[in-house]
Amino acid sequence: MENFNYVRPAKVADAVKAMKKAKDGKFMAGGHTLIPTLKQGLASPTDIIDLGGLKNTGIKIGAKSVVIQAGTTHAEVAASKELKKAIPGLAALAGGIGDPHVRHKGTIGGSVSNNDPAADYPSACLALGATIHTTDRKLAADKFFTGMFSTALKDTEIVTAVEFPLVKKSGYAKFPNPASLYAMVGVFVAQGADGSARVAVTGAGPGVFRVADMEAALSRKFAGSSLDGIAVKSKGLNSDMHASAEYRAHLITVMAKRAVEAAK
Amino acid sequence: MPAITMKVNGQAVCGDVEGRTLLVEFLRDKLGLTGTHVGCDTSQCGACVVHVDGKAVKSCTALAISCADSEVTTIEGLARNGKLHPMQEAFREHHGLQCGFCTPGMIMAAVDIVKRKGKKLDEDTIRHELEGNICRCTGYQNIVAAVKAGAASM
Ligand SMILES: Cc1cc2nc3c(=O)[nH]c(=O)nc-3n(C[C@H](O)[C@H](O)[C@H](O)COP(=O)(O)OP(=O)(O)OC[C@H]3O[C@@H](n4cnc5c(N)ncnc54)[C@H](O)[C@@H]3O)c2cc1C
Ligand code: FES
Ligand code: FES
Repeated sequence: MENFNYVRPAKVADAVKAMKKAKDGKFMAGGHTLIPTLKQGLASPTDIIDLGGLKNTGIKIGAKSVVIQAGTTHAEVAASKELKKAIPGLAALAGGIGDPHVRHKGTIGGSVSNNDPAADYPSACLALGATIHTTDRKLAADKFFTGMFSTALKDTEIVTAVEFPLVKKSGYAKFPNPASLYAMVGVFVAQGADGSARVAVTGAGPGVFRVADMEAALSRKFAGSSLDGIAVKSKGLNSDMHASAEYRAHLITVMAKRAVEAAK
Repeated sequence: MPAITMKVNGQAVCGDVEGRTLLVEFLRDKLGLTGTHVGCDTSQCGACVVHVDGKAVKSCTALAISCADSEVTTIEGLARNGKLHPMQEAFREHHGLQCGFCTPGMIMAAVDIVKRKGKKLDEDTIRHELEGNICRCTGYQNIVAAVKAGAASM
């Protein structure tokens, strides 16, 4: 692991400034993707700008939405009694990320910024129609996630919070890779305040995506049986040592049904 | 090299670190606290688990400099006045180890589970909560039994 300059600003404006000054800087939140990447030599930034000093944690439940500060850990999201009532599927998702030690460090801001194709949060953002708040703007999840490990973020832009609209029902089901605990396939389903459903899939493809056929069926009737006979094509899905594209395609329907049945 | 201070097992310590110095390297190489182990380079095995400000974390996946001014507890910090911590005693009593490599991490994780979930733990909860700790020897049976008994006696 190469050495780097380290700063831990207390203000978000100073973090942006530090990034602008750095030759090849990287923000660090929980470090649970970044540090393994550095250790493997997959990245060797000149500067690490630790966002831990910003202390931007917390969950605020409003009349129409929930705002989670970017530095909030997975453990804090999973343990929030208020969130368990407001958006149960989201709290359940956070409680299933990695293991307890990972959840003590990993943050929602880090997870959405990283947009790992097998990460859990991007599916919740997309299915719930979340808005990503950054230092520069507010972006709909549909516009924020742009592909494998890529987002609409500029190099000097920091995610400050994620805002989730309140929905009638939400549920998440994942088939974890037993070694890494990341999603081989994870499906988040949500029934919006107006009754329309959204379905987002992670782990199966090069990036998180929605399934229009399932959304239409669940918008008519929000029940597991509505998904009978709806299959997702395997073309374009991931095939690797863990599972073939066909297997993942099959899992999507299975996990979607489980997510609907678990939805509260 | 920046100098950092930290409270480790109740004692104030200081030392020079590089930005890239991992917490586990600081503990083992600078402070000589070799009870904390490194079993992988993928952040998956949990042999390196310590408590930072009261929470179980993987010390191989934290920069020492990020932990400046925090309170760290390692396996060496559990025993009191020459008497093993109840969780350590339970691992001994229930033969919760074979080679012992995973044990410090297991015990630090187990104490953290009790903090979060209480002293009465069922087997399913223990197995689920130990997802971040890998043992290549025991097959886990005795580890689970040890955690259950250790939790009850804490
Ligand atoms: C053993 C293990 C198991 C895991 N299992 C899962 C799992 O099951 N599901 C899952 O979803 N994830 C899993 N993870 C990943 C974990 O959730 C990470 O914590 C998370 O993906 C990244 O969050 P972080 O706060 O650690 O970010 P970091 O690692 O600090 O940062 C990740 C990236 O995002 C950038 N970044 C961070 N914060 C911001 C911000 N606020 N604004 C802009 N850019 C930012 C960084 O520059 C970096 O490029 C696992 C990790 C480990 C080590
Ligand atoms: S050494 Fe830290 S998780 Fe393996
Ligand atoms: S006792 Fe050998 S690794 Fe667990």
